[in-house]
Amino acid sequence: MSGVLVVMEQRGGAWNRMSFETLAAAQQLAAQTGGTVSAAVIGQADELVGKKLDRVYTIEHPLLATYTADGFTAALEQLIRKARPAVVLFPHTYQVRDFAPKLATRFQQVLISDAIGFRVESGAPIFVRQLFQGKLNADVKPGGPAPHFASIQAGAFRADQVEAGTAQVEPFAPELTAATIRAKPLEPFRESARAVDLTAADLIVSVGRGIKEKDNIPVVEELAKVLGAELAASRPICDNGWLPMERQVGSSGQTVSPKMYMAVGISGAIQHLVGMKGAKTIVAINKDPNAPIFEVADYGIVGDLFEVVPALIEEVKKAKG
Amino acid sequence: MKIIVSIKQVPARDSQLRPDSAGKWIQESDIGFEINEPDAYALEEALQLKEKHSGEVVALCAGPARASQTIREALAKGADRAIHIEEENLASFDTLAVARLLAKAAEAEKPDLILTGLQSDDLGYGQTGVVMAELLGLPHATIIMAVEKIDSGIRVMRELEDGWFQNVEMPLPAVLTIQSGINKLRYATLMGIKKAKTKEVKRLTAPDLGVAATAAASIERIYAPQRTKQTQIFDGTAREAAAKLIEKLRFEARIL
Repeated sequence: MSGVLVVMEQRGGAWNRMSFETLAAAQQLAAQTGGTVSAAVIGQADELVGKKLDRVYTIEHPLLATYTADGFTAALEQLIRKARPAVVLFPHTYQVRDFAPKLATRFQQVLISDAIGFRVESGAPIFVRQLFQGKLNADVKPGGPAPHFASIQAGAFRADQVEAGTAQVEPFAPELTAATIRAKPLEPFRESARAVDLTAADLIVSVGRGIKEKDNIPVVEELAKVLGAELAASRPICDNGWLPMERQVGSSGQTVSPKMYMAVGISGAIQHLVGMKGAKTIVAINKDPNAPIFEVADYGIVGDLFEVVPALIEEVKKAKG
Repeated sequence: MKIIVSIKQVPARDSQLRPDSAGKWIQESDIGFEINEPDAYALEEALQLKEKHSGEVVALCAGPARASQTIREALAKGADRAIHIEEENLASFDTLAVARLLAKAAEAEKPDLILTGLQSDDLGYGQTGVVMAELLGLPHATIIMAVEKIDSGIRVMRELEDGWFQNVEMPLPAVLTIQSGINKLRYATLMGIKKAKTKEVKRLTAPDLGVAATAAASIERIYAPQRTKQTQIFDGTAREAAAKLIEKLRFEARIL
């Protein structure tokens, strides 16, 4: 068992770009542990032929045309038993969350999911993960016989650091039967067109759990209004029906990169951060000085939002004369 | 429909968390605990399915003695009975071993459906449900926003990235991991709290279930994350801090 295998994600011929971040992670890992990097894709090799890879396995089977956990798990299990990598890396996408734990279980292993980095000790990786919604980090050591499995968080590595080179393409045809696949997936769809396009906003004021109850929302709404900003929210606010789903920022909502993103009472779980960390200037207002939102903030106020927000409204009014 | 809901007790959301002296876990002595939020939505979904289709809801929880509080709350909300896999040292069990404990206990119940939250707010591996399904040889679906009973089994709505969804049909029994926000959580009623005291809680241990601790993934060390960005924090009264922030936004960031 040696080397790193990266399982890339492609749908309808289009790459999930997080795959290339994971490829960069795999190349960096192999550079430290020794051994080669190979990639596997259920689909076409496409631009992978121009990357520094030992091999690109293109997995092809009519039963894999549509994603199912049963089909993808069976196919990748067969490939991994043949290729015998020491480490298998995935991008931490929704699809990977659906099947990779199942695949790891087939090897009596655990998927070390959503890793943000790694270091190498005695030739083997130790992965860094976030715990408690990003409040603490942990070094997690894979144990038991290889292969070891990990998925890489969005944005943890840079896709533009993938090393170019050449790769040999090797088609792989798994043995699958229709009876293996128990779920019947229907066509993906999008909820009705969004009435609010947060991606076009220059300034966003976003509200989180710290607002405590629906009746308090107008406090933050007023701040957005005086700033001329769009009002947005973290997931729990929309889950509770305090603001419509279309105002949600984060992995399941909209991804925004405004000139300013002001997070009010938002702790900054990773699912929220991926939706807003591209903002040019980030302001955080939170009563917990250890809240992960301060990790990405340029400016911060540690305090009670019910005191800070009214004070901000006054100051903005003063500044705007 | 017989439904098992797998729930976990995690540190309360506003807890100040500090690594313990060994640096392998957090100091648990001075913090509160509560039900893992996505599991609360899974429980609610199970209760609503039972109300629609009749049947039974069994709450299943692996955790130390303190988890009995969370189990009581699930019973007070309407679960019919509970199974508590009591294990004080669950930290020595990796995700696979915990899933083995839960799967073993669930298997004996022969449920039609197993629900759990899509991830835990403490470890956040997001895989217990999927691993349980694999161990039990059952189909599964993750990040579920709707569950509907159909003739051939169930139709569920999976959440995909970026506002996309997908319906998936599958036979029963099956395992689903439930996304927060799928439904509106209920509160326990006074009557529910009273009734919970008389409901059955079956206690099992890891040896009862024949499951040993494994370490396919073990925590070497936990620590506060290092800041990657220099954050300017403004102190003083709310008014002073607000004035400084607005000044910076005007003249340094040039946003206002």
